[in-house]
Amino acid sequence: MKAKAKLNLINSAWGVSFLSAVMAIAIGLLFGLVILLVSNASEALSGFAAIIQGGFADGAKGIGDVLYNATPIIMTGLSVGFAFKTGLFNIGSSGQFTMGAFAAVYVGIKWTFLSGSSHWIVALLAACIAGALWGLLPGILKAVANVHEVISSIMMNYIGMYFVNMLIVSNIHDKIKNQSLPVLKSAIIPKAGLDKIFGSQNINIGILIAVLMVVIIYFLINKTTFGYELKACGYSKDASKYAGINARRNIILSMVIAGALSGLGGGLLYLAGSGKYLQVVDILAPQGFNGISVALLGMSNPIGILFAGLFIAHITVGGVNLQLYSFAPEVIDIIIAAIIYCGAFALLFKNIIFKFSKKKVKEDESI
Amino acid sequence: MDYVIEMNNITKRFGDFKAVDDVTLKVERGEIHALLGENGAGKSTLMSVLFGLYTPEAGEIIIDKKKVKINNPNDANDLGIGMVHQHFKLVHNFTVLESIVLGKEDTINGFLKMDEARKKVEKLSDRYKLKIDSDAYISDITVGMQQRVEILKMLYRDNDILIFDEPTAVLTQQEIEELMKIMRELTEEGKSIIFITHKLNEIKEAADRCTVLRKGKYIGTVDVKTTSKEQMSEMMVGRKVSFIIEKSDVKNLSPVLEVKNMTITNKFTKKSVVKNVSFDVKKGEILCIAGIDGNGQSELVQGITGLMAINSGHIFLNGKDITKKSIRHKCIEGIAHIPEDRQRYGLVLDYSLKENAVLQTYYQQRFQKNGIIKFDAVRDYAKKLISQYDIRSSQGEDSIVRGMSGGNQQKLIVAREIDRNPEIVIAVQPTRGLDVGAIEYIHHQLLSQREDGKAVLLVSFDLDEVMNVSDRILVMFEGEIVGDLNPKSTTVQELGLYMSGSKRSDSYESKSKA
Repeated sequence: MKAKAKLNLINSAWGVSFLSAVMAIAIGLLFGLVILLVSNASEALSGFAAIIQGGFADGAKGIGDVLYNATPIIMTGLSVGFAFKTGLFNIGSSGQFTMGAFAAVYVGIKWTFLSGSSHWIVALLAACIAGALWGLLPGILKAVANVHEVISSIMMNYIGMYFVNMLIVSNIHDKIKNQSLPVLKSAIIPKAGLDKIFGSQNINIGILIAVLMVVIIYFLINKTTFGYELKACGYSKDASKYAGINARRNIILSMVIAGALSGLGGGLLYLAGSGKYLQVVDILAPQGFNGISVALLGMSNPIGILFAGLFIAHITVGGVNLQLYSFAPEVIDIIIAAIIYCGAFALLFKNIIFKFSKKKVKEDESI
Repeated sequence: MDYVIEMNNITKRFGDFKAVDDVTLKVERGEIHALLGENGAGKSTLMSVLFGLYTPEAGEIIIDKKKVKINNPNDANDLGIGMVHQHFKLVHNFTVLESIVLGKEDTINGFLKMDEARKKVEKLSDRYKLKIDSDAYISDITVGMQQRVEILKMLYRDNDILIFDEPTAVLTQQEIEELMKIMRELTEEGKSIIFITHKLNEIKEAADRCTVLRKGKYIGTVDVKTTSKEQMSEMMVGRKVSFIIEKSDVKNLSPVLEVKNMTITNKFTKKSVVKNVSFDVKKGEILCIAGIDGNGQSELVQGITGLMAINSGHIFLNGKDITKKSIRHKCIEGIAHIPEDRQRYGLVLDYSLKENAVLQTYYQQRFQKNGIIKFDAVRDYAKKLISQYDIRSSQGEDSIVRGMSGGNQQKLIVAREIDRNPEIVIAVQPTRGLDVGAIEYIHHQLLSQREDGKAVLLVSFDLDEVMNVSDRILVMFEGEIVGDLNPKSTTVQELGLYMSGSKRSDSYESKSKA
């Protein structure tokens, strides 16, 4: 029994999570290398180097782009990861993200009376509320009628997508470009000099807001009675019922908070002032699904999600540079998909490492 | 000697840990050989070695005087070794005949030859006096008959060496006696039986010889007839164990918990699982609800604690109606619950010991401030429970509960529930699957609650426990209370009659209606 107490990388829960994430990334990258070799063997290694280098290839600007790209997927990752902790699979992050994005853009365009410094803050709050609302409905359905949240939130994704298309066309439509109108200057998230530091027009304090959210969610999950209840519900519904924890209330609250986080992610992306507009297209926002990968890769741990989000953004930027080596741009998406795909296996790797390290202990107790 | 199995100097290691350490087991042809030991003594590991599930590091296995290597359960089966597991492995919507044949069906061109199978099964059933109804569905027959089906499965496969893994745990006294008779019939027909148990009464009654293991080591093989129960238990535990629990008479008679006309109906089948049950538990009393598993005891307790909704009736705690109160409220009012399924209800397995220690109290002022958990206070509290209730784990209060042994998981629950200083402790099967030391400990804790003037409601299927611990026994059968007995003036046999529904006390019936 004493041997088990040794705290090395394999035996600590943190170490296992970290190792399995690294395994997922390594296998994903290896798969990417194989694809590069198949498509163009002579340039494969330099192309692969570009991916690994990612944002670092472009100096400060590259890093700025990484941070900008990471912001929305950290938020959706947090959203999915937070719901996971309560035992809920929030696959509706995409719809919540879209709703949040629309609410932010709408407030940014229409609420002209708010042209002071508070405009962007109000717009972001609107994004939170819209996302929260989109999480609330599946939450209520789950808590009251036991409708599985995967089904209801997938439906909410489509409802959100078409609903937002409809609202853009009827309210804030730029008919020539078939997209949303530009938001007011006052609604754009301040850059606070970050653009000068990184020499990138895209970066703003959104990344700091995302980091703040990571800290808040980490605190909420690990330090509060609310987090204690949420995790208890997630780990064991029966035991939390036995303990007198109000599971229904927690399911609803958990989905509301998850929705708000995704919604905020949408707001942060579309108020970045980076020339991104809401398009009237029938495509679910990919950030929501990337959030699932980020959450899996980060093992639903807020800190892990922060780094997973940064990593995915890092290789995304690296992917852009890959075009220099005459690879078809589609190759980039395949590689990113492969890594994200392996991110989904992170849990599997975790179990394998866990089983491997616990095997001895298990056997001790099975006698 | 004519040994049918010789397991010589078997050692099985898991890492540095020797689960079985130089153990020798020799079974004579035609004997019932008991294998006695506490949980963790190595009984199951030894049997797993015999069954081919583990490969031993050292030692040899000789079957019918031939040295063999058993690599997997199929090898064991080919050598004629069969096992009746503690939890039967039967298909519920199969008939008895289908269940017996399953896995060893004879066919012509892909069609089953059931007629021949039926003849063979009936012949075996006659020969060994194993009464079964070939065409009944498994779900409809009694546990006792299910066990006979399991035995017939082994006989159908022509097994000569039969391993019974704690076969009596699920049976009534009458069924146990019948099983003992069957086992003796089997040995008279030349079968050899290994009988795993930790119940000394049964060994005394059925077995010829007994091998005792303790902490993976071979302690000895004794002749059952010439060895007393006390001697065997000392061999098993390594110290003297008292079987008689000393306790004073019930003093205070004011009721703590009153249940009036409680009825619970199954949502899907619309069948009443608890029928108009009324009783009370008094201060300083251990009231035991006896009965065979599945006669409504679990539902009754879940109805009281609030885990299950009740259809009608009332629950009073110290005179206050708490029928409609939440689980949290009942908890605060002083109901402590040691649940039947400790891993499903009693613990959040992925939480650490300290987090589980405050499962119902985390929201109290002493453990939180403005919604932020005071982890130092939680840690100190867990440390206190660990030292006070002797909970053992590898990493103290930081151990993840999933990795703790069953006995220590249960100790943690008992500690947490009792330390809340409740008015009544409701314990369901609190000693199931635990070893003698842990059982003694938990009984001691329940008795000290009683001495403190608290009430205890104990649900148990273990008749020894029922007879030893309780002040009063209620017997449940098919959702009703059919008897109110005094353990001092009743016998295990009589209790068995009540539990199987063959006897009913009229006096209790009239009392419950009044």
